[in-house]
Amino acid sequence: MSATDLPLPVTRSGIELVPPLEEGQTQTGKDFTSDQEVRWCPGCGDYAVLKAVQGFLPDLGLRRENIVFVSGIGCSSRFPYYLETYGMHSIHGRAPSIATGIATSREDLSVWVVTGDGDALSIGGNHLIHALRRNVNLTILLFNNRIYGLTKGQYSPTSETGKITKSTPMGSLDHPFNPVSLALGAEGTFVARTIDSDRRHLTSVLSAAAAHRGTSLVEIYQNCPIFNDGAFDAVKSPATRDEAIIGLEHGQPIRFGTDGFRGLVRDPATGGVKIVDVGDGPGQVSPDALLVHDAHNPDPTTAFAISRLTDAGRLHQAPIGIFRQVSRPTYDDLARDQIAHAAAAVSGSKTERLAALIGGGDTWTVA
Amino acid sequence: MSKQIKRLDRVIIRFAGDSGDGMQLTGDRFTQESATFGNDLSTLPNFPAEIRAPQGTLPGVSSFQVHFADHDILTPGDAPDVLVAMNPAALRANLGDLPRGATIVVDTHDFTTRNLTKAGYAANPLEDETLSEYAVHALDLTGMTVEAVKEFGLSRKDSARAKNMFALGLLSWLYGRPIESTVTFLQKRFAKVPDLRDANITAFKAGWNFGETTETFVVSYEVKPAPMPTGTYRNITGNLALAYGLIAGSVQSGLRLFLGSYPITPASDILHELSKHKAFGVTTFQAEDEIAGIGAAIGASFSGSLGVTSTSGPGIALKSESIGLAVMTELPLLVIDVQRGGPSTGLPTKTEQADLLQAMFGRNGEAPVPIVAPRSPGDCFDTALEAVRIAVTYRTPVMLLSDGYLANGSEPWRVPELSELPEIDPAFAKEPNHGVVSLRDGSTDARSTNGRGAADGSSANGRGAADGSSANGRGATAEKREFWPYLRDEQTLARPWAIPGTPGLEHRIGGLEKGDGHGNISYDPANHDFMVRTRAAKVERIAESLPPLDVDDPEGLAKVLVLGWGSTYGPIGAGVRRVRRAGYHVAQVHLRHLNPFPRDLGEILKRYDKVLIPEMNLGQLAMLVRARYLVDAVGYNHVRGLPLKAAELAEAIGNLVADAEGIDVDLTGDPDTVNATTGRNES
Ligand code: SF4
Repeated sequence: MSATDLPLPVTRSGIELVPPLEEGQTQTGKDFTSDQEVRWCPGCGDYAVLKAVQGFLPDLGLRRENIVFVSGIGCSSRFPYYLETYGMHSIHGRAPSIATGIATSREDLSVWVVTGDGDALSIGGNHLIHALRRNVNLTILLFNNRIYGLTKGQYSPTSETGKITKSTPMGSLDHPFNPVSLALGAEGTFVARTIDSDRRHLTSVLSAAAAHRGTSLVEIYQNCPIFNDGAFDAVKSPATRDEAIIGLEHGQPIRFGTDGFRGLVRDPATGGVKIVDVGDGPGQVSPDALLVHDAHNPDPTTAFAISRLTDAGRLHQAPIGIFRQVSRPTYDDLARDQIAHAAAAVSGSKTERLAALIGGGDTWTVA
Repeated sequence: MSKQIKRLDRVIIRFAGDSGDGMQLTGDRFTQESATFGNDLSTLPNFPAEIRAPQGTLPGVSSFQVHFADHDILTPGDAPDVLVAMNPAALRANLGDLPRGATIVVDTHDFTTRNLTKAGYAANPLEDETLSEYAVHALDLTGMTVEAVKEFGLSRKDSARAKNMFALGLLSWLYGRPIESTVTFLQKRFAKVPDLRDANITAFKAGWNFGETTETFVVSYEVKPAPMPTGTYRNITGNLALAYGLIAGSVQSGLRLFLGSYPITPASDILHELSKHKAFGVTTFQAEDEIAGIGAAIGASFSGSLGVTSTSGPGIALKSESIGLAVMTELPLLVIDVQRGGPSTGLPTKTEQADLLQAMFGRNGEAPVPIVAPRSPGDCFDTALEAVRIAVTYRTPVMLLSDGYLANGSEPWRVPELSELPEIDPAFAKEPNHGVVSLRDGSTDARSTNGRGAADGSSANGRGAADGSSANGRGATAEKREFWPYLRDEQTLARPWAIPGTPGLEHRIGGLEKGDGHGNISYDPANHDFMVRTRAAKVERIAESLPPLDVDDPEGLAKVLVLGWGSTYGPIGAGVRRVRRAGYHVAQVHLRHLNPFPRDLGEILKRYDKVLIPEMNLGQLAMLVRARYLVDAVGYNHVRGLPLKAAELAEAIGNLVADAEGIDVDLTGDPDTVNATTGRNES
């Protein structure tokens, strides 16, 4: 049987097989709050994300016992302890592989991974790209603070080149990863970016990510006031954010800046995209000519081009929103389908089949 | 022409040729024929790590040794009675292992100057004195094969490739093997290529007929079936038996099997085999690396499957941190290590037992892991089931140490009745197990459903609120039920296994130290001390569930005990038999459980003056036994990538017996000792 013979359950929602709450039952954020004391530094961006997630989970309408949060190591990886769901705080970088085992063995669970820039992109980079490639049905929240927090302030794989830290007194030499570009390169089917302090946007992205069947990667710009304070001020401060945030909305022209004076167009010179001034004046581009964001485009090229508008150095500008959201069969659904097909093709109880299996092959009898 | 038939009690044949010559298949078919015939047998495949090493060279030689007998045998044999050599390199690479008088069947076709040079022969050994001490049948097997199959119009290359079947046919005639199963096998294997099917069957039959009609062979041999306990038998390799044992473990426990694995020699066949059995609900996940393989298995275990990861030594090194996570989270997990020569990449296709200490200690912190090891290919089935029992009952990762010899070697295996298999109860937690009672005076008292076993010799202070006391008579008013993931079963010290989807038991686990009982993060010094001891005590508790060791000391007169583990069982048993047949006393104990050791091991060791521990490493079990029991055990150690040799082992045992009993030991008193002309050099 070739893979194409399999019915492809691509139209299911990410939580379709997870049992919902019973009729009439409701939940609040409190139902998802564990009795553990939250221990991040005061002012840490993680608090806002935790609150947003606790506030958002009831919206899913799922049974609490069918939700699992898995994390690796790092400040953000303490997350599962604070949620009254099933959870595992695992080891450094390995959460996507553990979550893959959970999602593949249980279709009735909503599986979440909480990770950071060091956890996901440095020590766990391999697992991240392979989860994305396989498209396992899980949602990965990548808290990017562009620094190592828990180990007290070394540069991370998303830190800007030249960063002065404890381990790089003369400045870091590494070129940083752009998590969104990386995820798109790994053919992630849902790739988004949001900001810790923008609860509305964060929640809307989380809803879309949870509804997506497959691996959803959500990069969350998260401020670490202790070791990298202000790293995302450009996209957070009311004074600069209109210029800094290139907002992405599916089906809408990509237009940003104070009074929408800026926008994106394709750049025939590079094959990528470029930022232009919007208007009728000389050198300006008419609003009709702007690039319309198509997150559902099966070809990730344009999404990748847009992701490149993120500053690799100190952040002044970044596209925010859902870059890509396409359907592709998920690994776990396909794995379960193969098992279902194989099971449908045999008869007899497992015990009978076990007896036939071990007693098969070339046998002989000693009387 | 009627030929003389001579009866033998056993024969060791080694098929050797180029990697591309199909020697593994040839050996495997001969083995199947012998198995169906009812001989006891034992096999030893030996092949290079390269898929196709340069043709005609010594490193490219692949061989398959099969030992078959009319009685119960334990090893594939030290030295072949018959060598089938398909080219000069195969002759040269194996000649050193042959005893004088052995039979050599050699294909002369490739004995050209070029191939002789490649094999390192300055002159043609078929034409000088090199082989004068052997019974040589120099035949143009390739030429005869090409001639026999010419009607099928195959290319010369394809025709010549059937030469292994010609050789198999000839040897099948020589030893009176039944040939139907091979004909059926070839029909199936080449069902889609009728030309090749017919050519191979024709070559096979031509080889048989050649033996029957030619005058080169005046005698054929007969090795009668071996008496064996009644039952249905099949020939089985260790990796296949292991895979079947895992499926049986899944069926017997009602847990779905999840294998997370990364391909590695010599463990990959377990992944291949399990991937065929999805109808049993088996999920096989070929991971991006070794770490992801075990990570996914841990995730599967957390969600209520039987998580398994399979690998070899280098993979265990990569999985160490994850095994530690499974120790800390106390989840059932099977870690299968099919050991090979090390360190580093080492000898991928050769056998070794040098991962015992890695299995025992190869993790950070005090991270005890139960260890079991099969003793023979068929025993891989039972050992896998035992590993499942321990993992599930005690909520712990279990290490199973097989090795390359067991993995690829085969033996007749009595297929067990399902009623003989253990029932394994996952006993998932369903209910909260701990109550906090509000008392009338406003204080609270804690009460646990499970009593808690204390770790050996430690008391813990400040281990959280609950201390297992029951609510007193102050008048309980309300009880709030909670789930405590680290509240232990009194007898096994196992923690409850509560899987996602169970309402009310939501909990978080992880790699950080757990507070006793409630399982929340705890950095409390006394708690850590208590938990370290408790994890160790839990693994020690497994010993309570083990049957007494089987001490093989027929007359109870032995002063020397030979203690072994894993695949050395065969050579040790054969060596022990030789010593006994020569009239001396020696006792044998073989361990399946390496951690914890069975409770009676210490007492047994003390009963003997001398203890010999043969291992395919530099003394790893010996180190554990000496440290644990303060016994002056002596090692017998070889790391040649091959099973230990029974004759050499017998020698070592004999020396120790001489030493212990103050007597002279002469093993030539063994009526069955080396006699090269009959091949009676081995049991
Ligand atoms: S170190 Fe930074 S990221 Fe970590 S908890 Fe403190 S503020 Fe948050």
